[in-house]
Amino acid sequence: MPAATALHQKSIAAHARSLRKGEYSCVELTRHFLARIESTAAAELNAFITVTADLALEQAHEADRRIKAATGNGNGGGDDSLLTGIPLVHKDLFCTRGVLTSCGSKILQNFISPYDATVVSRLKRCGAVMLAKSNMDEFAMGSSNETSYYGPARNPWDTATVPGGSSGGSAAAVAARLASVATGTDTGGSIRQPAALCGLTGIKPSYGRVSRHGMIAFASSLDQGGVLSRCAEDAAIVLHAISGFDPRDATSLQDEVPPYADPALLDAPIAGKTIGLPSEFFGDGVDDEVAARVEEAVAQLRALGAKTTPVELPLSAAGIPCYYVIAPAEASSNLARFDGVRYGHRAAEYDDLTDLYAKTRAEGFGAEVKRRIMIGAYVLSSGYYDAYYLKAQKLRRMIADDFARAFEKCDLIAGPTTPATAFALGEKNDDPVAMYLNDIFTNAVNLAGLPGMSIPAGFDRRGLPVGLHLIGRYLDEATLLNVAHRYQQETDWHLQTPPGWE
Amino acid sequence: MSITREQVAHIAHLARLKFDPTDPEEAEFYAHQLSRILALVEQMNRIDTDGVAPMSHPQESPLRLRDDRVTAENRREEYQQIAPSAEHGLYLVPRVIE
Repeated sequence: MPAATALHQKSIAAHARSLRKGEYSCVELTRHFLARIESTAAAELNAFITVTADLALEQAHEADRRIKAATGNGNGGGDDSLLTGIPLVHKDLFCTRGVLTSCGSKILQNFISPYDATVVSRLKRCGAVMLAKSNMDEFAMGSSNETSYYGPARNPWDTATVPGGSSGGSAAAVAARLASVATGTDTGGSIRQPAALCGLTGIKPSYGRVSRHGMIAFASSLDQGGVLSRCAEDAAIVLHAISGFDPRDATSLQDEVPPYADPALLDAPIAGKTIGLPSEFFGDGVDDEVAARVEEAVAQLRALGAKTTPVELPLSAAGIPCYYVIAPAEASSNLARFDGVRYGHRAAEYDDLTDLYAKTRAEGFGAEVKRRIMIGAYVLSSGYYDAYYLKAQKLRRMIADDFARAFEKCDLIAGPTTPATAFALGEKNDDPVAMYLNDIFTNAVNLAGLPGMSIPAGFDRRGLPVGLHLIGRYLDEATLLNVAHRYQQETDWHLQTPPGWE
Repeated sequence: MSITREQVAHIAHLARLKFDPTDPEEAEFYAHQLSRILALVEQMNRIDTDGVAPMSHPQESPLRLRDDRVTAENRREEYQQIAPSAEHGLYLVPRVIE
């Protein structure tokens, strides 16, 4: 008989049952995670920018009161929800009222947000407990968490390697079981790539599904909030809680949100689903072991009754150049708001208003953010707009059309999330282009606005996790979660925990 | 196409980023890196996009309208508490009009 499952290894649904049976309280659960967070080993991971221990305990006490007072089972009927008392962390890109919200940047090192992001307020309303704000690449610009002003987070599978980025702190935290689940954001792969590198389940929903209100904007036509979790079921529960119409986001969809965690959707048989396999995702440039794990995962899905069919995404390689015009263009415009006037850092000395702006921004932004702002300013400047920005927008349409054609033949698309497993800290630091190529399979999905997911599919010979990338039709997160959940019923890759963190 | 130091200085000015006057190599550093990024981006030119309508956004439906009534509450004082310099409800900046 195995010993009773450790608290930090339990799923959200299992916690919800135990909390209601009185096996332990929300306060005890929160203290358990806080003790892990406060350990020396956790400090080495540098997964957090701010730990909110006092606030977490306050929220946990309130959650205990709610569960005690509720007559329901957590699925309605009471004032509680499945997430009441569940300890989580928010990426430090989500505004949290009264708590430092730095976005990984020096320019926001003193920014105490005066309001909550919609994602944060929805999870608060469910009674979830916020343990900390997680580390991230500065303004979500990076694929390794190394552009953070607060130092890099590390991968708990091997602390010499990166956890991926930009939601690297969220990924490191959940992988090391320092939190039950985490929020993240994904502009070009920033949920899926760190999920792959840290052996987690990560979902980026369709553009418009999750409100962007209170998410510090990077590229407004690409950014989407989502979840990094231990399993698809946990992802479904949290995604359901944060999805849905928000009048505060002009791009928020009014479409009804399916009950993602409902067994009728999650447990549905996947026999008869057709999975498209783009030859472009299985060619040169993909590490042999990654390709082998992904092929084994696809074989497992076939064993569950799914059919596979070849599809073509001939423009997938063009996603990178297209993305590195559109994302910096939008970033240069969005980041114009950091001017040292209304909030955040302001240079100590300046000659005039222009000098105030220019010194504040030069001091407040790191090199990668400056590169992207300058590329964005360049591609939008007169004389270059047509050759770069307009060209990229046309290509964006062609990339979206490619996906639409592929989805005429299949229900979802599968491939590797990343070309290789986690790389060493510092390995790609001096070459921005090498870093950008990490997102080759993920960023076209953002350009098209589609939902994407990464799930654990095994390990390479160094013991580093491999991610299987699933891409869905617009608004069809339910199919991704269903396929991921069925796969996780048959495999235990998602239950593996980094050595020392069991 | 590669970017010169002079072009970088111009872009930095457009983006209100001041280079460190004590570091003459900073503009050179960015000129080199931005040129590498542009070389990557120019792979777009291998693809014929003639006649394709530009796509600016995944949702191409018109923006949602709402009733014309005040919904936001006035939280000016709270917002100005985190400003580097504010007085009498105003954000303070160096004088721009003599």
